This record gives sequence, C-alpha cells and structure tokens, in this order.
Amino acid sequence: MAEKKSLGKEFSKGLLAENPTLRLVLGTCPTLATTTSVTSALGMGLAASVVLVCSNIVISALRKVIPDKVRIPAYVVVIASFVTIVQMLVKAFAPELDEQLGVYLPLIVVNCIILGRAEAFASKNPVLASAVDGLGMGVGFTAALFLMGAVREILGAGSFAGISIPVLSGNPMLIFILPPGGFFVYGILMATANRIAESRGKPRAELRGCEACPMASSCKLNKRETESEGASVESKEAAN
Amino acid sequence: MEMTKGLLAILMTAILTQNFVLAKFLGICPFLGVSKKLNTAVGMSAAVIFVMALATAVCYPINTLLESKDLSYLQTIVFILVIAALVQLVEIVLKKYIPSLYNALGIYLPLITTNCAVLGVVILNIDNGYNFAQSMFNSVGAGLGFMLAMVMFAGVRERMESCDVPKFMRGLPITLVAASLVSVSFLGFTGIVDNIFG
Repeated sequence: MAEKKSLGKEFSKGLLAENPTLRLVLGTCPTLATTTSVTSALGMGLAASVVLVCSNIVISALRKVIPDKVRIPAYVVVIASFVTIVQMLVKAFAPELDEQLGVYLPLIVVNCIILGRAEAFASKNPVLASAVDGLGMGVGFTAALFLMGAVREILGAGSFAGISIPVLSGNPMLIFILPPGGFFVYGILMATANRIAESRGKPRAELRGCEACPMASSCKLNKRETESEGASVESKEAAN
Repeated sequence: MEMTKGLLAILMTAILTQNFVLAKFLGICPFLGVSKKLNTAVGMSAAVIFVMALATAVCYPINTLLESKDLSYLQTIVFILVIAALVQLVEIVLKKYIPSLYNALGIYLPLITTNCAVLGVVILNIDNGYNFAQSMFNSVGAGLGFMLAMVMFAGVRERMESCDVPKFMRGLPITLVAASLVSVSFLGFTGIVDNIFG
C-alpha cells in the first residue's frame, strides 16, 4: 500500500510541482518550436513521452550494468534508439505530423528532460518507479505544450485543433504563431505559474539549466561563475 | 558568380531571416542561461561556431557513406555519437596543442554536446539537400546568427537589470518577453535576403 502511494506521488509530481516545462524550465526548444498548433504540440508531447517512458525503463533496468564513467554516452545511445523507433513510426503512420514537427522529431535525442530524468531518476531507482516517473513527466510536458499550443493557435490562427472559431478566425493575430509569439506566451504562462506557486508558498521557477543539465558534473562554467560572483562580493565588501 | 550568390544567400538567410535562436528555437538553453554577461556570451558562441563547422565537415561524408549503404535510418544515433566524440576529441587536442584557445573555449565545450543547435544544423543540412559547400556556409551562418542573437541579448539583459519589473514577471518571464521583442526585430529581415541575393 505504501508503495502504491509513493508511485502515485512519483506520477503527480511531474504534473504540477515539478512540471518540466513551467517549473524546471527544461526542454525549452521543442516547447517554443512545436506549439504553433494544438495538433503539433500534442504530437510532440506524445512522441517525447513515449521516448521518455521507454528510455527510463531501459536505463533503469541497465543501471547496474552501465559503468559510471561512460553512463552519459550509454544513455544517449538508448535514447537515440527509441527516438529512431518513434521517428519511423511517425513517418509510417502519421506523415502529416512528421512534416509539421520536421527537424524537432529527431532532436528529441537532445531534449534535456529525457537525459535529465535518466541521470536524476532512472539511474538510481527501480524499473517500475522509473516508468511511472517518466509517464508523469511526459504527461506534464504534454499538458504544458497543449496549453501553449491552444493559446497560440486560438489567438494566432483563430482555430482550435484545425477547427476554426467563428469570430476569431476573421482577424487572427498572426504574431502569436510566429516565433515572437512563442517567447511571449511562454513568458506569460511562466509568470502565471509563478503566481500560482507563490500563493501556495512554493518557490518560483528559476532557470536551473545548469543544475538540472545532465552535463553539470563535467562542466566548469557553473563553478567559474559562482567563484567569480563570490570574488566580486568579497571585493565589494573590501571596498566598503 | 551564380554559385557565390547562392552561397551568400544561404549564409545571410541562416544569420538573419532563419536565425537559429530567434526563428528556429534551437539552442534556447544557452541563449537563456549563458547570456547574462557579454564575455561568456561571446565565448560560448565562438565555441558553437567552431563545433558546428567541424560537426558539419565530419558528418557530411559520414552521411554520404550511410546513404550509399542504405542505412540512413541510423542518422540520428550516428550523428549524436559522432558529435559527442568529436567534442571530446577537440577538447583533448586543444588542451594539448593550443592551450590558449582551450582556455578561451574549453569550458563551453562539454555543454555543446547536448546542444540541439549542433545536431539541428547537421540534420537540417541533410533535409535541405545541401552539397558540401552549401552545408558549410549554412553551418557557419547558423553559428554567426547564434552569436549575433547571444551578443544582442546580453546587451538587452544588462539593461534589464536596472528595470523595475512587476513582481511575478521578474527573472525568467521578463527575459522571455524581452527575447520575444528581439525576435520581432528579426522578423523585419523577412524578404530582404531573397530580394538582394535571390
């Protein structure tokens, strides 16, 4: 029973508290690029979720076999294999979606949500928990993409999932489906998420790109910045 | 003459109208994460230009090989591994033989392995059916476009530090809205390249 409860928790944290897009600020590239319509946003979310769940399961199952030193390349191979499978499936069964997503479909390989979950969760937890974690994160990612896709398509094209809305479709605000609209809607959605989080006493979303980034351990940029910040604080104090 | 014109058009398109960051949304993570200071922004984008050009030069013959053996479905796996190995190799070689360049670019190199802009440019070159020269021009242009966006945005962010921003917009949300405005300014280039070089 206790285990069941904790699995539910693993699932639900991806939806709200640790929503990858709006709270952890991961996977920003596909979030901005594929949300010009509801259909492509959902397609992207589903494709990424499938890869996320499958790679989490495999990486978790192999976590005792993979040597620590080569774990990142090993994870990348697993993820890339699943991306290739998804790519072939989409090409075969949904060629229109393949055209809409274009280069962003193979780029799921470098989506930091997937590598990040592999490194942060699947490499330390049993198979079932990892699968549930992947599913929760995938659903959270899809939900955020759907929300953004809906806002941008309704305002920018005057339609919802391809069905035109009577009043809006006459004079759509084209800017919302152009690149600037993506940045704008994402910013406003994040501000809204911050507002909700703060009213519940949770910390606001910050760019934790470096902490969450799977390359953080091998990257010296983060360390150097904190060092130089520390140094500048010291020099300020000395000046005072 | 006609050929140089075509190559220039590809270069300018990649820098201005199809800017990797502001129009194609590739490499957003470093764009938001490393653009706080001008010198880190320049260092990061120099490393990106370098790796993009190198990755294209290496992946183009590999792709020809894969296609001749009818293995093009392996593209994604092969390219990401080649890029990762390449970045490691470049790091080791630079450290040993050109320490000054390593000191300038070295810290950014590991970050670039998982940067979607590098894999993106390689895949886009193939999708567009570019030949070797066109691919190289497109990659360098994409890198220069990345640098332009990073440097411009670093300037915008330095100004934003002193602004009085509404409470819930502070931090990332206002950064994204500012990026949106920078992106609007790049929309102004639409059509210019085609008219000049087309």
